[in-house]
Amino acid sequence: MSERARAPKIAVVVFPGSNDDTDAVWALGALGADPVLVWHADERLPDDLGAVVLPGGFSYGDYLRCGAIARFSPAMTAVARFADEGGPVLGICNGFQILCEAGLLPGVLRPNASLSFVCRDVAVRVERVAAPFTSRCERGQRLVIPVKHGEGCWFAPPELVRELERNDQIVLRYAGDNPNGSIADVAGVLNDRGNVMGLMPHPEHAVDPLLGSGDGALLLASLVDAARDRVPVSV
Amino acid sequence: MRATILVRPKQGILDPQGQAVEESLRHLGFSVGEARVGRVVDLEVDAVDIVQARAEVERMCEQLLANTLIESYEIEISG
Repeated sequence: MSERARAPKIAVVVFPGSNDDTDAVWALGALGADPVLVWHADERLPDDLGAVVLPGGFSYGDYLRCGAIARFSPAMTAVARFADEGGPVLGICNGFQILCEAGLLPGVLRPNASLSFVCRDVAVRVERVAAPFTSRCERGQRLVIPVKHGEGCWFAPPELVRELERNDQIVLRYAGDNPNGSIADVAGVLNDRGNVMGLMPHPEHAVDPLLGSGDGALLLASLVDAARDRVPVSV
Repeated sequence: MRATILVRPKQGILDPQGQAVEESLRHLGFSVGEARVGRVVDLEVDAVDIVQARAEVERMCEQLLANTLIESYEIEISG
């Protein structure tokens, strides 16, 4: 197996106002990936790419609505193309908001019901493991991962929520303590094809028990596995 | 041509910002019913007539200015 196949390349897109890009790079690197920062104005993603991560932050100052402007970045056109080809794409917090605004994920993130910024560890329950983002988890497993957001209240009309539940697209739900008032306690959703996921909790901040929890590493390591499977072995 | 776009949270959508405003107004002694908080966008549109301007602004609303999953919009055009 070549070096490249062992350490799959994962692009982390940096928007003006992203602030968790470096943490994502650190966490993915620690979990065996070869993370590459991609500037939002870049029209192309690196070759031989295994996955894309849209990190947390406040892209474009959260103007108009969170993620509403970032989705017009040239890099997002390339990300949409990558997703269309079946490439795994993970949006964390602001990345989740961007994917919803871009129409790559269902629903929308609204201001927290409390109107307060929340910053604390929360427990989430894994509802689906047949996905590139949760393959290392067990169904029903409880993960402790921090959230830090003011606009994490995921919303979709009731008929859409029912459809997503039928299709098994709700991957993570808050277990007991819902920090933002999201409908049906949704913490993370998948697209219908199963290769794009967004979540409000920050797995990249929970990859070492020394810092409170290592549970986020299960999600990111699942993504690294998926990225490795995707990258063709170079000879 | 000038356009004014009013973007509002749709009926039935929880509006915590509106609730906070409503409670604050009551706190000040005002007797108010349900408050809803939206957004106003004023802009100049390059268009030959009102019909074209309205069609143009409608596309802007659908593509960017409103998220129609949760927001409704009203457009006013003035020469």
